[in-house]
Amino acid sequence: MSELKTGGQIIWESLIHEGVDVVFGLPGGAILPTYDDLYKYNYPIHHVLVTHEQGAAHMADGYARATGRVGVCIATSGPGATNLVTGLGTAYMDSTPLVAITGQVSKSLLGRDGFQEADIRAISMPVTKHNYLITDIRDLPDALKEAFYIARTGRPGPVLVDICKCVQQASMEFTYPTTVNLPGYRPNRLTPDPDVIDRVAQLLNEAQRPVIIAGQGVSMAGAEAELRQMAEKANIPVATSLLGVGTFPATHPLSISWGGMHGEAYCNYALQECDVLFAIGARLDDRLTGAFSTFAPKARIIHVDLDPAEMGKNLIIDTPVVADALLTLRALLPQVESNEHPAWLGQINEWRTDTTERDILAQETDELVAPYVMRQLWHATNQGNCTVVSDVGQHQMWEAQYFYHTKPRSLLTSGGLGTMGYALPAAIGAQMGKPQEEMWVIAGDGGFQMTMPELSTVMQERLPIKIAIINNGYLGMVRQWQDVFYNKRYVGTPLFNPDFVKIAAAYGIPGRAVTSKEDVFDAIRQAQNIPGPYLLDFQVEEFTNVYPMVAPGKSNADMIRRGRPVEN
Amino acid sequence: MTDTQTQQHTIIAWLEDKPSVLNRVTGLFSRRNFNIESLTVGHSEAKGISRMTFVASGTERDLQQVETQLDKLINVIHIANVTQEPTVIREMALIKVTTNSQTRGEIMQLVSIYHASVVDVDMTSLIIQIVAPEDRVDSLIQLLDQYGIEEMVRTGQVAMVRGSSRHGHSHGVATVAANGHATPDNGQNANGANGHTENANGVNGARA
Ligand SMILES: Cc1ncc(C[n+]2csc(CCOP(=O)(O)OP(=O)(O)O)c2C)c(N)n1
Ligand SMILES: [Mg+2]
Repeated sequence: MSELKTGGQIIWESLIHEGVDVVFGLPGGAILPTYDDLYKYNYPIHHVLVTHEQGAAHMADGYARATGRVGVCIATSGPGATNLVTGLGTAYMDSTPLVAITGQVSKSLLGRDGFQEADIRAISMPVTKHNYLITDIRDLPDALKEAFYIARTGRPGPVLVDICKCVQQASMEFTYPTTVNLPGYRPNRLTPDPDVIDRVAQLLNEAQRPVIIAGQGVSMAGAEAELRQMAEKANIPVATSLLGVGTFPATHPLSISWGGMHGEAYCNYALQECDVLFAIGARLDDRLTGAFSTFAPKARIIHVDLDPAEMGKNLIIDTPVVADALLTLRALLPQVESNEHPAWLGQINEWRTDTTERDILAQETDELVAPYVMRQLWHATNQGNCTVVSDVGQHQMWEAQYFYHTKPRSLLTSGGLGTMGYALPAAIGAQMGKPQEEMWVIAGDGGFQMTMPELSTVMQERLPIKIAIINNGYLGMVRQWQDVFYNKRYVGTPLFNPDFVKIAAAYGIPGRAVTSKEDVFDAIRQAQNIPGPYLLDFQVEEFTNVYPMVAPGKSNADMIRRGRPVEN
Repeated sequence: MTDTQTQQHTIIAWLEDKPSVLNRVTGLFSRRNFNIESLTVGHSEAKGISRMTFVASGTERDLQQVETQLDKLINVIHIANVTQEPTVIREMALIKVTTNSQTRGEIMQLVSIYHASVVDVDMTSLIIQIVAPEDRVDSLIQLLDQYGIEEMVRTGQVAMVRGSSRHGHSHGVATVAANGHATPDNGQNANGANGHTENANGVNGARA
């Protein structure tokens, strides 16, 4: 008979079997037996103590997005578990593989509204790919095995395992399962049907005005090289979704940036005018498409995704391809003919020139504006040789517009849920996963304050994260909506901000405020040259808006654009 | 895909018999504000697998969303939309009707016309049981209404495709326009668990 293991031991040993070496969490009564086992048995897993469980979930998320591995967070029952929910929702919307482990009150107390009981299985159901409540230790090994398997296979997502305290304390003989038994889950890597590939190739070969739109799924499938080969072979311009930024180099001549509500105008024109749209690994959500019925009205749409539920969810699809992105591109490559599309590319370049002429950076001004900071950061990082973790708001859009991403997984941002407060903790997770990477947080003054206490986690873990706050004194993106749609009634958007440099100093993090354009590059260099973390407080012009802008529910053809310089 | 015509659909789902599965299913409906006209769940011929029949109205596109989203639930083994297939559909109702010596005979006659049965009798009421397609149940209820219905309970509809069993639990049913062939995911990451043996059974429904 092999020795008995407690539930707590089983949790840690299962994580080790899954190759986990770091978890992000914060303990409490219902998870304490598990924490105690980590101490007692000295397992080779590093526990990162967070200041708020939302941070733990975002850290696991950032770790997973940066590395492609499953991130793990851990929390106690009740408020610990409910604090994870925003992070789970964020991960769910953006298909991030993570496993959340929560303590639960003991089985005998379930349903009695005892101290710190919350039905986190029910609460988290709509924001997880799957979840478990474990009331019997015999179910624990399978649940953990399945949780990791489900999180990382197919379309990835978060999985929560809620474990009763009595289960953590119980013991049994333990061997980690080698197989999973999930009759309802078949996360196959689907090869596309040859007939469908024929049809797709024919559509692409006959297209006069084709556009590719690439999403995060391309990176998840590791298909960036094949995407590029196909685009180059047939000279097809490539747009990305926001989460797809980095799947195709933004500096490539065929790159047409990204489209949607704040996408570049020339990209939106190309999407509206194309005759064949090849969408791959993108879910085509409303922020990208504008009003569904008005999107790409002249196009026959090919949609490649491994999730059948994405087919026709938002748009009418001409040719759905339920298949793996890499296998699809490999099958297509030999069949896609070389092509030039000179007229179409010429037309796009005309639109692009117009965009360039309206660029805020082309305008003579001494004012410090965020786009300038983004472009300088791109230069200072050797043309983007770093990972940027952006928060949510105007700065997020400017980052994606002005920082040219050329590496996969080099922009981590909350696209689907749009979670303010994501950036700092996600960067902590990303840096834990990629210790050598230059890691930049770009956050608004509003969102940064939502998870600012994680500065202590930065120091505790001695992470060299560089933080750029785009301080415009407002919840800027909301202020912009009030400007455009609510006749400048700025209610609930002016911010009362602390002195961010002093805040950083209180944590032991050096920093500097930047108020003029001349100092931007030098300040970034200073941040880079000082070992360890550094905070830059960019005090930018308050009322700059992000353009173009498509009003919610409107067509991407109806962009509100920045005027041409001559018209100003 | 017809996007405008609303039609009644009958869908069968095979579910792992585990706690909270029904919760997952109904959560999915309610989140999409999707109205279910009838839903029944019970055991299937296979141990550990329950069978759910639900009837819902919507466009084909609505229903395709519901089916593919349902199919994504880990505990849902497979789904079949049997609306277009030759199907036996039945519903059971228990109807307690007020009676007296004058009306009892008439009611008994209706019972026999509808191939229903009387399962309980007392001086002032009868319990009638009917097992029939929905419209026949409706019509009997309408007729009984004049005598006074004291209580009624209906099970909702259950469905089974006629002929040899393509829809048993051990035969996968493709619901999606899945134009792909399955190859096992060999787990791009380390520790790629792949003890998965479920790809057999001719399942060609894609799931991600
Ligand atoms: C948690 C959360 N609450 C509210 C919002 C709505 N919202 C979207 S952008 C934004 C303003 C963000 O302000 P700030 O962080 O200062 O960034 P800025 O837009 O000024 O660059 C708000 C409040 C959100 N996305 N997330
Ligand atoms: Mg702001």
